[in-house]
Amino acid sequence: MATQETREGATADVGRRMTRVTELPLVRKWLAAQPFWVTVAVIIICAVMSWLEPASFPTRDNFFNITRNFAYIGIMALGMMAVIITGGIDLSVGSVMGLTGIVCGLVLQAGHSWWLAALAGLGAGALCGLVNGAFIAYVGLPSFVVTLGMLAAARSFAVVLSENKMIYEFGPDGDVFMALGGGEIAGVSNMVWLLLAMTLAFGFVFRFTRWGRHIYAVGGNEAAARLAGVAVNRIKLQAYTLCALTSAIAAIMVVGWQGSAINALGTGYELRVIASTVIGGANLLGGEGGAYAALIGATLIEVIRNSLLMAGIDSNWQGAFVGAFIVLAVLLQRIRGSRAD
Amino acid sequence: MAVLELKTISKHFGAIEALSQVDLELDCGEIVGLMGDNGAGKSTLVKIMAGNFPPSSGQMLLEGRPVHFHKPVDARAAGIEVVYQDLALCNNLTASANVFLAREKTRGFGPFRILDDRAMNERSRELFAELKSETRPAEKVRMMSGGQRQAVAIARTHLARARIVLMDEPTAAISVRQVAEVLDLLRRLREQGMAVVLISHRMPDVFGVADRIVVLRRGHKVADKAIKDSSPEEVTGLITGAIRVA
Repeated sequence: MATQETREGATADVGRRMTRVTELPLVRKWLAAQPFWVTVAVIIICAVMSWLEPASFPTRDNFFNITRNFAYIGIMALGMMAVIITGGIDLSVGSVMGLTGIVCGLVLQAGHSWWLAALAGLGAGALCGLVNGAFIAYVGLPSFVVTLGMLAAARSFAVVLSENKMIYEFGPDGDVFMALGGGEIAGVSNMVWLLLAMTLAFGFVFRFTRWGRHIYAVGGNEAAARLAGVAVNRIKLQAYTLCALTSAIAAIMVVGWQGSAINALGTGYELRVIASTVIGGANLLGGEGGAYAALIGATLIEVIRNSLLMAGIDSNWQGAFVGAFIVLAVLLQRIRGSRAD
Repeated sequence: MAVLELKTISKHFGAIEALSQVDLELDCGEIVGLMGDNGAGKSTLVKIMAGNFPPSSGQMLLEGRPVHFHKPVDARAAGIEVVYQDLALCNNLTASANVFLAREKTRGFGPFRILDDRAMNERSRELFAELKSETRPAEKVRMMSGGQRQAVAIARTHLARARIVLMDEPTAAISVRQVAEVLDLLRRLREQGMAVVLISHRMPDVFGVADRIVVLRRGHKVADKAIKDSSPEEVTGLITGAIRVA
């Protein structure tokens, strides 16, 4: 009984302190934002790992590796974020990445220039996105079903186009292509620079443009957005196209980095990409999320992966950890949501 | 002169006659309570005025000129706005973002334009002040009370410079205290010279604010009289059919 009372007293005290803090609107906004807490988690994990593994974790090489490994996932997560904000989902990103990678490889193999290869990859990606978007926005099929179909179809195209062979003889412009994805500037991989630039660009579009405002409106209340005069169908089509384009960009960078194109590229990445957005704070029901959320979500997953490897835990356990973090992130949202209501 | 005049409007859905020979006039600065049982034709009438579908026969005159609406956009362009029962707001956006949804103010030059949130918040603040509602422009709608949500929905119609506002059951899903707030909002609209149609099941609300009452039963208009000449008992009788015509 006595302990009960003390506990209640303590809770009340914490409550009072909380209200005092939450009177500041900016502080309240920060504390309520999931990306903030994910950033804190990333910093804590990095600090702990640096203390546990001072010889291998806080090194230049490891930093280079970690950042490069989440860069292409982060790039795809930005496009996925646009789709998820509208209240949809794109399961086909991994397969689209595989297909566009093969298209790039084939164009290079045929001896064409690097920019034509990149354009062909982007074109193939945009086409996949347009097909997804058209079926979802104009035919009205659920995004889950349409993109699941594309997941199977795009992978199959990749296998057929590549004749199930690895493409690595890139022709005269192969070196430029490999420098693009595999190069580094100031000790940081090109892919990471691209991710940072794209995060800024997406953040700007999400926050400051009409298009950005409208994707949030579609995800928040599609019927209301339509009644208000938002071009809901067009917005959706554009979101899926943008998402597929980010997969194509990621494919171009990864094919350049690895110096080869395989049709299995991107297999299973949809899970990592969607997990990044959700862990970053996107709401799978739509209407919530942001560019930084995609970046920091992808970062957390990779930092955890890397830490597990360094701690000597079998890499087969990674899936279990990523899965647990997805559920944890949604649980966190639910708790925050119920408090807000 | 009436701002909107409906003349012998009928609407058939196959063999079903949803409305038959209904006349209705709306004046500026007037609240008309539109009452009737479920299936009496209230929503059909509202949907015709809002441009959801055209009448089977009859004529609609806007300030004396005949109008034909094919889409809701047509009606909106003519100054007729509907505030829907479920309010049709985006909970994840701020009040001002909802007010300006699809009509956002932007700044910049040429195709390089960004949202002008400051200007939109400022204008929303003015609109809420006109409505004497304590709604904060930068607050998310999710956090708001039913009355504040109504203010947001109504501010949207204000922004469009609507002359006629059709309110579909605005007091159906909110608490008693908030009902008073919403009825105040309606009075504000009347003061500003709008014609308001209040579709409601709640007798006290209609008798609280309306100037005139129109009762529909089975697609026919059975009453159209000043509220002071009627009584809740009479209207109940008209709705149920205990009284044939008044």
